[in-house]
Amino acid sequence: MKMHLDEKIWLTISFGIIMGFMIITGYQAFAQGMSPPSGMETIDPQKVDQTAPFDNPGVKEIGDNKYEVVMTLQAFGFTPNNIEVPAGAEVTFIMTSKDVVHGFEVAGTNLNAMVMPGHIQKITQTFDKPGSYLVICNEYCGAGHQVMSTTITVK
Amino acid sequence: MKMEADLKVGIKEKANKMLGYHPQDAKLSKSYIAVAFIALLVGGFLGLLQGLNRAGLLELPTWFNYYQVLTAHGLLLILVLTAFFTIGYFYATLSHNLGGLLPKVRKLAWVGFFVKLVGFVLAVIPILMNEASVMYTFYPPMAAHPVFYIGLALIVVGVWLCCIGAFIQVANWRKNHKGQHVPILSYFATGVFVLLFFALMFVAVEVLFMILPWVFGWVDGINVMVARTLFWAFGHTLVNIWYLTAVSAWYVVVPKVIGGKRWSDLLTRVVIIALVIMNITGGFHHQIIDPAINEIVKFMHVFMSLAIGFPSLMTAFALFAVFERTARRKGGKGLIGWWKKMPWGDVRFLAPFIAMVAFIPAGAGGIAQTTNQLDQVVHNTMWIVGHFHLTLGMSVVMTFFGISYWLVPFISNRVLTPQINKLGVIQTWIWTVGMICMSGSMHYVGLLGSPRRTSYSTYGDHATALGWDPYLTLLAVGGTLLIIGVILQVYAVFNMMFFAPKGETEFPIAEEEENATKTPYWTERWGLWIVLMIIVVAMAYVIPLTDMIVNAPPGSPPFKTW
Repeated sequence: MKMHLDEKIWLTISFGIIMGFMIITGYQAFAQGMSPPSGMETIDPQKVDQTAPFDNPGVKEIGDNKYEVVMTLQAFGFTPNNIEVPAGAEVTFIMTSKDVVHGFEVAGTNLNAMVMPGHIQKITQTFDKPGSYLVICNEYCGAGHQVMSTTITVK
Repeated sequence: MKMEADLKVGIKEKANKMLGYHPQDAKLSKSYIAVAFIALLVGGFLGLLQGLNRAGLLELPTWFNYYQVLTAHGLLLILVLTAFFTIGYFYATLSHNLGGLLPKVRKLAWVGFFVKLVGFVLAVIPILMNEASVMYTFYPPMAAHPVFYIGLALIVVGVWLCCIGAFIQVANWRKNHKGQHVPILSYFATGVFVLLFFALMFVAVEVLFMILPWVFGWVDGINVMVARTLFWAFGHTLVNIWYLTAVSAWYVVVPKVIGGKRWSDLLTRVVIIALVIMNITGGFHHQIIDPAINEIVKFMHVFMSLAIGFPSLMTAFALFAVFERTARRKGGKGLIGWWKKMPWGDVRFLAPFIAMVAFIPAGAGGIAQTTNQLDQVVHNTMWIVGHFHLTLGMSVVMTFFGISYWLVPFISNRVLTPQINKLGVIQTWIWTVGMICMSGSMHYVGLLGSPRRTSYSTYGDHATALGWDPYLTLLAVGGTLLIIGVILQVYAVFNMMFFAPKGETEFPIAEEEENATKTPYWTERWGLWIVLMIIVVAMAYVIPLTDMIVNAPPGSPPFKTW
């Protein structure tokens, strides 16, 4: 295959860029624990209310400024809603859907996860900056999708 | 008198033969292209309605709400426009390159045409009745009216018939031309139809064996993760099918339009082979923040997706090298001075050129989205919508527009007039500015968190959501410019099809360089490429799909939440 020197250089750089992305992604995922939310546990989607921990959704303090939020998503709301946590809190969200596919996104943070019926999704975030954070459903879920929102207030 | 007339007909036939023009095949392509551009017109208007709604300027009526409009917009532009254009263009190519379509191939393509149209009408009726506001992704357990899925299944069958027709045509040519390479543009067509054929299998399994029995009530529950995974195995491949179609014109047609030669034939074919083998597995990057897929599989898929970037980077080099070489041959000088020698006033060059330039940020955005952590920032936000309006709306569709300015005259036995060319140049610039405004603001507002597929909402006047408004207004400005572009483009297409002056138009296919090395024959081994493709698909999908099936939760019943 006849290739010009310029093209060889270009393709070497191209390959390097792709490998660079791979290395950084892998390092962040496995060394820094920043891999994307990948909850592997399952649940009967029609018995969410009877299954622990979702029979008792809410905010629980589980350690020194560490919180756990057990949350159900349903057209068109989040339970619990209007959550309050102190500044610096590390919050783990444990979520499932009671009906269709929903998305859990907190604008201005890296919190973003798909919440599917039958699957339990987990994602953690430390809220350092006080303020009102907007929580929205970012997967189309029906006629009231645009009103499916709540807030997290960090004090 | 009669003799003269006979002679005239004789000359015309001879000229047509030289040009590779076959009237019956041209009629077929003309029908496909006409449907594609009608879809653009209707889909474009629906897009405008959405843009105005998102900016808070227009409230849609309850009998035709935002989510109905959005579902129809997606179906028209993502399925109808692209499928009909791709098939019309590549069937014209096969007819031109391979000595006319075989009668049975032409018949298959016509049957496919009507099966697709019937399927499309069946899919649209429930959308208009608000029985199928499920988007073109129709994720279960949202369940539309069964007729919607039957319509989709018919569209799949219609496209399959065209794939099979293309395979018969190419196989027949190869049988009669032993030891020869399939002409390059038909080689592209082969790659596209192979990808379409296999990608559609995934969505066919999803619709026929999972969704239909479930919406008819024969089974109680559906495995939502398996359905979603099958959808994206198809969905992302479709994206790359459009891209490969656009790339075919970049490699083969654009060099001819600017009076240059093609880049290395072998490297071009290697790019096609690489895209065919590696494509289907790219679908997983739509599921980076899904549950039920573990971190290791997700990391492996970063590689699977990024690998597709490599042939695109090869393409980037090849095309700009062709431009420079051609311009220098015409006397262009200096580091940048050769740019002046490009035919900027020729829409057949300008539109695909801007499309290529747009692919630089579009491809870079794609690479960003593929990496796990960066995807998490933008997943399901307006960024994604911006990304595919940049890739599909600019890189692909502007190339299709550029193609239309010679393909429509070619199949209509007419010519491109200077007036229509000028209109095309104006259209190209309007489209460019409109897409930059719209796609740019979508990208940025997405980074701020604004979600996709959501009608106008201030979320109870939350400060964060109110901060998105200026960008959403810019989005609507872009959308308004784009509808002007749509109208000009559709006018140009139908003018060239029915009203432009009669005459012969060339099907532009660039030659290889004189001193080009001969392409080795192994590039023709499609059986091997398909086997390799299946191996790559198996490597990517067997483990996660088995996991989703073996460790499945109880299935979900159907929901209608709209």
